[in-house]
Amino acid sequence: MRASAHPHTRGGDLRVRFMSVVLGYGALALAACTLAPLAGSTHISLARVFDRSIPFADNVDAQIFFVARMPRVLTGAIVGATLASAGVVMQALLGNPLATPFTLGVSTGSALGAVLVITFGSSAAAGALASVPLASLAGAVVASAIVYVLATRPGRPISTMVLLLAGVTLNAFFSALILFVQYAADFTQAYRTIRWLMGDLDVGSFTPILAALPMVLAALAIFAFLTRSLNLLSVGADTAATRGVDIGWTQRLAFFSASLATAAAVSLAGPIGFVGIVVPHLVRLMVGVDHRIVLPASALFGAAFLVACDLIARTVLAPIEVPVGVVTAMVGGPFFLWLLVRRS
Amino acid sequence: MAARQAKLIGPVVVALLVWGANPVASVEARADQQTARREGSQPTTTAPARRVVSLVPNVTEMLFAVGAGSQVVGVSSYDDFPAETKALPRVGALLDPDTERILSLRPDLVIVYGSQGEVEGQFARAGIHVYAYRHGGVDSILQAIRDVARLTGHQSDGDRVIRDLRTRLEAVRMRVRGEPRLRTMLVIGRDVGTLRGVYVSGGVGFLHELLDLAGGDDAFGDIKREATQPSNETMIVRAPQVIMELHPGEQPPAATLQKERAVWNMLASVPAVRNGRVHLLYGGYLLAAGPRIGLAAEALARVLHPDSVK
Repeated sequence: MRASAHPHTRGGDLRVRFMSVVLGYGALALAACTLAPLAGSTHISLARVFDRSIPFADNVDAQIFFVARMPRVLTGAIVGATLASAGVVMQALLGNPLATPFTLGVSTGSALGAVLVITFGSSAAAGALASVPLASLAGAVVASAIVYVLATRPGRPISTMVLLLAGVTLNAFFSALILFVQYAADFTQAYRTIRWLMGDLDVGSFTPILAALPMVLAALAIFAFLTRSLNLLSVGADTAATRGVDIGWTQRLAFFSASLATAAAVSLAGPIGFVGIVVPHLVRLMVGVDHRIVLPASALFGAAFLVACDLIARTVLAPIEVPVGVVTAMVGGPFFLWLLVRRS
Repeated sequence: MAARQAKLIGPVVVALLVWGANPVASVEARADQQTARREGSQPTTTAPARRVVSLVPNVTEMLFAVGAGSQVVGVSSYDDFPAETKALPRVGALLDPDTERILSLRPDLVIVYGSQGEVEGQFARAGIHVYAYRHGGVDSILQAIRDVARLTGHQSDGDRVIRDLRTRLEAVRMRVRGEPRLRTMLVIGRDVGTLRGVYVSGGVGFLHELLDLAGGDDAFGDIKREATQPSNETMIVRAPQVIMELHPGEQPPAATLQKERAVWNMLASVPAVRNGRVHLLYGGYLLAAGPRIGLAAEALARVLHPDSVK
């Protein structure tokens, strides 16, 4: 990894690079978030959207803008930023370029929770508790707790190999449970669960966003705190230890913050694939491997990327929608293959 | 040398025999399958089936409606109507038909979905007639009733059921004639408590046809699919005058009902929301493509035009 050559960029130089990256990628994300609500399956007039003389309930353009498009674009930005930066952290934690936010089973646990509620929630007396986001959050907590217990020994660094294997196995196990639930469900429920697994940003109001935001912000704050340690960690645990990094602590913090970020994103929009693996690699190609730069750049680029993918998803076949997870995979898949071929 | 040749010849002969026998067997099987498939579309006038296994709940309903209920010896895991089905052996469903169990019930007619080609072939090879049901509009429902009535020897009962159903549907159409046709969104699925995962009826299939008959203009009739998932934006733009949610389950308590209806208040500009025309309907008959479509059409018409349809 190129990080080994210059993990410590000099302060002033770093600050300039950080500022230029944040400004550049920030402008991109801002542009995406500003332009995306203006486009959609229908044409709306901005003058009418902000015309206060028309009551909100009569103003269809304002409804489309504030109820349908804004929450959707915001969700796209938040989920894109969260998954992309969680991808960066996971790749550093596991020392594996193929790691994604979904590698350690968090998303599959989340999916199992959601699938259970979709299948049994509406019929059971669960009532208000039968909420898909809540259940997926609970599933994520259970999954990360299991992986953590399996892969850690008190007072010792986490073996990334064990962590990876535990995560992959748990993914397979939960996937089997999901298949079993789908098998037990009737056709419409099974179809709905499959649809949930493709991801969906059409949240319909700001409430789900507000519910997920504290978790997302907490996770992003921990990511920001971790950047320097992640640089050293990606060079190698031994090197990092000699440079004074508390490996065990850094690993645990990275694991929890990345799991928290993933859980929040998945409970908000379903397990949208490829953002968490493609965006970090793309950003590294452009800005190098220093996590102090890669992390904010990935978050901002991830936001722009997912908002753009969702714009495609909701306009290309309108009035029918393409699931956004399908778009990210169709855009991200070929790109990732190209990257792999180029690297080899 | 000779002994070695003999050793070699043995397996070769066996292989040739197997190879020779296999194509014949599979040709026969294929012929059986074709007969069975033909049975699906054009029932022949063979002896009526005495022991019927149905993997398709709405066809089970048809069997009972034409008076063939006593001939039904097995039903799918999802059957719950009429009540008599609850006492019958369950033999799996679309994805997991229990072939052994079905065979053990010694049926002479098995009703499967048109997409279950493999199962179809299996029963055909066992010499059991197979009727492949294909999901479609009102006409295909009536055709399926006619088919199963003939296959079970209840042709005249079948004709009567069809006649009654036609009369009933026609009566609904007549009663709403001249009424304003309201742009209606027929919701067939939604996540509890939110406006997410909303599925609506598109312009194809029996629900679309029943809505049309009951005097509603399908807000998504131009989308030529049985179901589609509209975004919040599309729902706002389509501005339905009536929103009807069809739920197969039992009606929940009033508080839940009110909460679920209030979910739609988010889309304040939609006429149905503004005019209090969001209706939640509950009952298995609403979504069953069988003999109860008359009942469903009446329910839809009652909601759409409460003054002319009591």
